[in-house]
Amino acid sequence: MTADLGTTADLSTAPATGGLLAADAPSVVQSIDWLAVAPPTLTALAALAVLVADLFLPAHRKRLLGYAALTALAAALALLIPLRAGDRATFCVTTGTRACSYTADHFTLVIQALVLGGALLTVLLSLDDTRKLPAGEYWFLLLASAAGAALLPASRDLATLVVALEVASLPAFALVGIKRGDRRSSEAALKFFLSSVVATAVMLLGVSFVYATTGTLHLTEIATRLDDVPPVLDTLARTGVALTLVGFAFKTAAAPFHFWVPDTYVGAPLPIAAYLSVVGKAVGFSGLILVTVVAFPSYADVWGPALAVLAALTMTAGNVAALRQNAARARSAVRLLAWSSVAQAGYLLVPIAAAAYSSDDQIGSTVAYALMYAVVNLGAFAVAAVVARTHPGNRLTDYRGLYATRPLAALALGFFLLCLAGLPPGIIGLFAKVTVFSAAVDAGLGWLAVVMAVNVVIALYYYLQWTAILFRAPEGAPETTGTATAPTASAPPRRFRAPTPLTTAIVLTATAGILLSGVPQTVLRFASVSLF
Amino acid sequence: MTVIDISASVLQFLLAFVVVAPLLGAVAALLPAPPGLRGKNPDQAVLRHGVTVTGAVLLAAIVLTAGFDHDHPATMQATTDISWIPALDVRIHLGVDGISLPLLLLTALLTFLCALYSYFKPPAGPSAKAFVALVLVLESGTLATFAVLDLVLFFLAFEMVLIPMYFLIARWGGGRRQAAAWKFILYTLLGSVVMLLGILLIGLKTGTFDMVALATDNGRGLTTSVQVIAVLAIGLGLAVKTPMWPLHSWLPDAHTAAPTVGSVLLAGVLLKMGTYGFVRILLPIAPDGMRTFAPYLAAFAVVGIVYGSLACLALARTGAKGDLKRLIAYSSVGHMGFVLLGIATMTPTGVNGALFANIAHGLITGLLFFLVGAVKDRYGTADLDTLAGATGAALYGRAPRLGALLAFAAVASLGLPGLAGFWGEMLTLFGAYSPAEGLSRPAFRTFMAIGAFGTLLTAAYMLIVVRRVCMGEHAPRSRLSPDPGTANSPDAPRPPDGPRTPGAATTPQLADIQTYEAAAWTPLAALTVLAGLWPAVLLGLTDPAVQKLLSGGKS
Repeated sequence: MTADLGTTADLSTAPATGGLLAADAPSVVQSIDWLAVAPPTLTALAALAVLVADLFLPAHRKRLLGYAALTALAAALALLIPLRAGDRATFCVTTGTRACSYTADHFTLVIQALVLGGALLTVLLSLDDTRKLPAGEYWFLLLASAAGAALLPASRDLATLVVALEVASLPAFALVGIKRGDRRSSEAALKFFLSSVVATAVMLLGVSFVYATTGTLHLTEIATRLDDVPPVLDTLARTGVALTLVGFAFKTAAAPFHFWVPDTYVGAPLPIAAYLSVVGKAVGFSGLILVTVVAFPSYADVWGPALAVLAALTMTAGNVAALRQNAARARSAVRLLAWSSVAQAGYLLVPIAAAAYSSDDQIGSTVAYALMYAVVNLGAFAVAAVVARTHPGNRLTDYRGLYATRPLAALALGFFLLCLAGLPPGIIGLFAKVTVFSAAVDAGLGWLAVVMAVNVVIALYYYLQWTAILFRAPEGAPETTGTATAPTASAPPRRFRAPTPLTTAIVLTATAGILLSGVPQTVLRFASVSLF
Repeated sequence: MTVIDISASVLQFLLAFVVVAPLLGAVAALLPAPPGLRGKNPDQAVLRHGVTVTGAVLLAAIVLTAGFDHDHPATMQATTDISWIPALDVRIHLGVDGISLPLLLLTALLTFLCALYSYFKPPAGPSAKAFVALVLVLESGTLATFAVLDLVLFFLAFEMVLIPMYFLIARWGGGRRQAAAWKFILYTLLGSVVMLLGILLIGLKTGTFDMVALATDNGRGLTTSVQVIAVLAIGLGLAVKTPMWPLHSWLPDAHTAAPTVGSVLLAGVLLKMGTYGFVRILLPIAPDGMRTFAPYLAAFAVVGIVYGSLACLALARTGAKGDLKRLIAYSSVGHMGFVLLGIATMTPTGVNGALFANIAHGLITGLLFFLVGAVKDRYGTADLDTLAGATGAALYGRAPRLGALLAFAAVASLGLPGLAGFWGEMLTLFGAYSPAEGLSRPAFRTFMAIGAFGTLLTAAYMLIVVRRVCMGEHAPRSRLSPDPGTANSPDAPRPPDGPRTPGAATTPQLADIQTYEAAAWTPLAALTVLAGLWPAVLLGLTDPAVQKLLSGGKS
């Protein structure tokens, strides 16, 4: 409606002022608001700088590269602060509708904060875990991927979106396979690469269909033009919408496309698994939100039910698979976190599906949930990284008696797991789930809410089982010692200090989790306002 | 009329203190004890800490009761209303009225008695520190359930008890505790998540989660179909917790496996959260939906009464290998059936009876679980057949006071007039005789008849239990009971800690009630008598509040 008015206004003014316009015709060169694009740009520049610096640094100084990456990400995060009004846009078309390719609205800023914060924590996890990995490449790839991930939520045209998605994904393939000579790592990378490339190909096909029917790449333009697609092109448009969604469903590891997740997470270095589970997912979701809510609102009858079914399938598949994990199997802890991340992806999809039935505000619930999930999931991975230093196998059984040796790490992990399960004391997890439930109920998706309720119960089983393991008596010690706990606690079997960066990561995430539990409004406010 | 005059802000603080103090106490319990409070050993110090905190909470609850305006029990008092999460419209809204006050007091009392009991008889399990912390979190969650006036907060409090109770059963429990703990938490969580859906439905349709506002609205803002769905969802969650008959199967296992203190709290206060939810949420907020389901609720309730009693009868038979704790758990199913029947009548009489039966059940069953725990400690088993042997366990002869108290609790439980159990059952049956308008009178009279038959069955099995446990052949030995002298020195290792089975069946003399046991049990017994002889003290509190709830805040 507004677009129509705009065009008629243009038409009416054009002939009248035609002569003048010809004289000082607006330049087709787009102006750039450098501050708006600063966060991803800084990250990308830092990536290049790190790669170059790697050439000149002696081997024993390589650690500095990690700190450089840390500083760059912190600076990028800080650059979000001057943008907080959320009213900037750049790379705008200078004529016609003035659609912009890059928008720094509230949605963008929140997701960028999530992505950059997630990358920052990943750096903290990696600082001591990457001795055997090629330092320069590692930090370059990580920063490059983070730059792509930070660009994605800001992009408002399909081309930028696809480019950002690939910038975020391509370095991730290399990161997964970066453990040289590790067969599992290479296999994981190949699996990840193949499934991802297929997804991209499918998505590009979809994008081209959409472009063919609408003749534009700008998301807002697509939205207006899809409203009145000529009947002959309707099927093409529908197919385009569906294929684009399939592409993003691959990236978010939604149900029928989730098989790459466990093997990839297990094969990748632990910090990269953490990165993929949070940042990788955020990339998929923000892309999905952008195309569904911004670009294809008129096809809500296509993607709404599809996403609802996808959400139900995803959470069920993830939870049931997580339930069937063998605790004594090697790397079962990471495998469990991988399946749990699939299940959590299902919860994240629910509000997006709900947005098809009610208002766009619903996607705020996804954002709020994603923020909570990012904090606690990275925290859980951080504790897993600590445990992995003494137990490289990283089995679930290795966590037995963690409370006796590392009480604070055990308490933190217990808290993170209960947040993921959504039970007090993990209050923020509970409220994040409440917002998701509320979005589903509000949209009239009662059946989806019930499926999710059942899933929450299934998930509790494995989260609580893991939590319970933490507090059991250590292997060998009697289970019921009565008053004899004091001597065992004073003489732990193998005590060594966890590296400072890991400790910092745990402290940061745990503090954030506890603060959010006290003041859930901090993240939940996104659930009640329009972010665009 | 108040017993003592206390300013409103102090009352407000007291209520907030009652809810928050146990939580802070739980955190403090995990920290190392400060110098000067270390006690004789860490376990003793932390158990003492538990007694101190729960004692302070009980004291605050008593002062709160004293300051409560007993002339206006229908109005919310000591209210706090702070915005917490504007995004979800969740407010920290606390307050007590005549319905929640008795439950609040009961919770504080039972938890204190449990802490006291554990201080003298530390639970057999991993660490006392964790035990105390968990019990305190449990207390906080239960008290919060009764004190909050916001639906989402109610859900939060409802969920808060799950994790502590799970660990109490799974770590300090008896045989098959893991399975029982899982059954407990998964069942209850499934119920409460479904309840959340109902709560959200109400909140989204009316635009508020505030219980007082919704109760005043009395369902006028909700269409009948929304009310029906909401009652179905919320009722399911509450019915699992209560537990209502076909959804009860977690309860016997949980009770059998739980440690004594866990059983007492589970039966005494946790089950009340379900019935309290029915009265506080469903009756006033969705009366139309409730009216639709009331006959079914009543039907399930009376089936529960009969089923619970029959299960108990089966367990009490000779040769059935019935566990006493399991038996009392099944009797709880029956008693909660009466409570549900009273609620289903939707009349002031029935609901008052339900609330009375709630409190009575908390007192009596709490006491029964304490006693059975004591019997189990002394014999090393709660298996009725092993206990009774050929003729009976002869508790009257071996430990006369214990036997007498057990018999007292049993007859109180079967509803002897003059004791607390009587009034609740009678009032609910009265309520069922003339249910609220719109409910089928013949159906409810049938339910009443079946319920009355259930009281007979209850009497039957309770008397069988008394006969088999308290009576029997007893050849007294000349020597005195082995360990009455240790009663006053808490740190000394308790002989009943370990398995005392060797020779327990053949050694006739048993330790009678110890001082600490008497201290923990006397208040319960005394209150049972008090509530039985002077029911007005309780009904005077609940009745105006119930009248107001049922009439939608008009009176």
